[in-house]
Amino acid sequence: MSRTDSSEKSTDGGTGDVFSFEASEEISTSQRYREFFYEAFYLPAREAWRDWRMKVGLIIIFGYVLMGLVAWVSSSEFGVLADVTLVEFPTSNQFGGFEYNNQGPFQSWDYPLGTDSTGRNIMAAIVHATPDMLKMTFAGGIYVVVVATVVGTVSGYKGGRVDSFLTTVSDIVMTIPGLPLVIVLATTIDPRNPYLVGPLLVIGWWAGLSRTIRSQVLSIREESYVEASRTMGISTPRIIQKDILPNLMPYIMVNFVMSARQVIFNGVGLYFLGVLAHGSYSDNWGVMMQFAYTHASALLIPDRSYQLLMPMAAIVGLSFGLILFSQGTDRLFNPRVRQRGTGSTKQEEDSDDEVTTTIT
Amino acid sequence: MNWFIKRIGQGVFTIFTVASLTFVLIRVMPGGPAQQMVADMRQRQPSLSTEQLNVMAAQRIGVDLNRPIHEAYIDYMLNLAGGSLGQSIQYHPETVADIIARSLPWTAFVMSISLLFVFILGIGLGAIMAYKEGSKFDVGSSIIAIFLSSVPYYVAGVVLIYVLALELSLFPLNGRYPKGVDPGFTLEFIGGALYHVILPAASFVITTWGGFALGMRGNSVQVLGQDYIRVAKLRGLADRRIALRYVGRNAILPMWTSFLIQVGFMFGASIILEEIFSYRGIGYYMFDSIDNRDYPLMMGTFLVITVCVVIAVLVADMTYGKLDPRVEAGGKDESY
Repeated sequence: MSRTDSSEKSTDGGTGDVFSFEASEEISTSQRYREFFYEAFYLPAREAWRDWRMKVGLIIIFGYVLMGLVAWVSSSEFGVLADVTLVEFPTSNQFGGFEYNNQGPFQSWDYPLGTDSTGRNIMAAIVHATPDMLKMTFAGGIYVVVVATVVGTVSGYKGGRVDSFLTTVSDIVMTIPGLPLVIVLATTIDPRNPYLVGPLLVIGWWAGLSRTIRSQVLSIREESYVEASRTMGISTPRIIQKDILPNLMPYIMVNFVMSARQVIFNGVGLYFLGVLAHGSYSDNWGVMMQFAYTHASALLIPDRSYQLLMPMAAIVGLSFGLILFSQGTDRLFNPRVRQRGTGSTKQEEDSDDEVTTTIT
Repeated sequence: MNWFIKRIGQGVFTIFTVASLTFVLIRVMPGGPAQQMVADMRQRQPSLSTEQLNVMAAQRIGVDLNRPIHEAYIDYMLNLAGGSLGQSIQYHPETVADIIARSLPWTAFVMSISLLFVFILGIGLGAIMAYKEGSKFDVGSSIIAIFLSSVPYYVAGVVLIYVLALELSLFPLNGRYPKGVDPGFTLEFIGGALYHVILPAASFVITTWGGFALGMRGNSVQVLGQDYIRVAKLRGLADRRIALRYVGRNAILPMWTSFLIQVGFMFGASIILEEIFSYRGIGYYMFDSIDNRDYPLMMGTFLVITVCVVIAVLVADMTYGKLDPRVEAGGKDESY
């Protein structure tokens, strides 16, 4: 503990200094966090980076973030940024008269991906929809991961009545069909804020992950090093944070990505069908698809199919990046692959992971 | 047996929870469906009193605004327990139960066909990929599988409609069976129904087989590395026997649960897909009800979908124990 009692004689005749290893237990908070991040993020990240799927996936995701930044800078009213417009916000007839409606892609640098049936720049619309898409996706992913981690670790570590209660709750949430629930909630609540829409779109998704985490915690808590921490009298929250969470990080990361993909799928689908209320063309890629589908009849008029294809490509691209990323974390799950460390891309899936990725 | 009763009880409780949720959404939400409906009717018939309007709304949505919440709740639940899901607003004389009875078989038809093909493609290709691990075939199919799982099923549906139905006119654009054919056990009707189901089912199959193939591949690779496979080979067992009995069985088992959970996913997905294909299954009517603010139909379809998913999950849980005897014992270890 403290060094004040070092002058007192211990019963074995030595001084308290012999037990100074206790003092080393008091590491500073910042050091503790640094250690946590090193174990939980840096080591897995370094390992995963060796996989090509991880690299490609990360590059794609980074590209979308960059696109979001471009849109944010362009529409920002903040200080100097108000004057900077990299990509102009799309408006009807922004290039002039009607002759600029329904212009195909790859014709002019002004509208590289063409224009829609009211003359809006499709490229600009895709770019300007990105920030809200990313906010929605991020909020949904964080929601799933946080709720699942809290429920899973508490129920796994505490056990007993808390455990059986939380397990029953997550079993029930897991059986409620996801998309119908989301649709019913979306029509009655009618959310507008992307930070609210995101979590709503994956409202029951935490249940699958929390079960995986619970079973992981159940096996980890029996490990000797956790038992050692317990006998040393370290508090439960700290054991969870220090000994248990770093082991769960790969699962949490993969599920963050997979629920992000689910947010995109559900979100775009519901905007496409008009279940979620929308403001303008460039709010969401799904709204763009809806406009192309209903206003421009892009499905029936072959010359306009690009209006439907462009936002679809944006969606597929982002979810392709996310899936590649999650596939690239394989080696983190599988100690067999990891120990070999040959750098070859041996792929081994985790069956638990597979279960959670197919739930909707 | 005890476990069996517990699972069923849990299933019933899930349905109960969802039913309560629909009640809360209809009645308790400020400005929710019940109030909206009363407001709509007041505009049309301003002469009527609030009480009369409430009675009229109650006949349609089964939730009475005149009575205190707890009484209305008990009534609502009793009605549901008696199988009455209320009356549809847009298809007025028809009850919600009628509409669902008419449409549910079609959704089940699409789903069973898609599941069959997802299973065959996913398991088959996954196993071949595992046997040829590291080959060009393996890498190529892995990339294709990953790419196709990143395509949303409704995007696949739109592309299929565009290419196969509109450009090439190979398949019908929408509908459940050809016009002018009477439903019945005739070759013409069954053939027509199968012809119409191909595109919706293909949108599911194309976008979901990849996930299963990758899962199967991973499981098989893991099983192939096990000692008992080496022992089986040393014992000189036939390759075919090893592949089916030893590798196949152990690799498929962990996927059984996710396979039946897929049923729940497909019910949800049918809402978007059936709308795109104008395929009048339960999902189509659910979307239709949202569009027209037909709340009784919306809540009814939601409840029936929940019941279907609960049954699917129950079947998954119960058959899994039968298929894999190790699980029966394993379940007890977990309760610390």
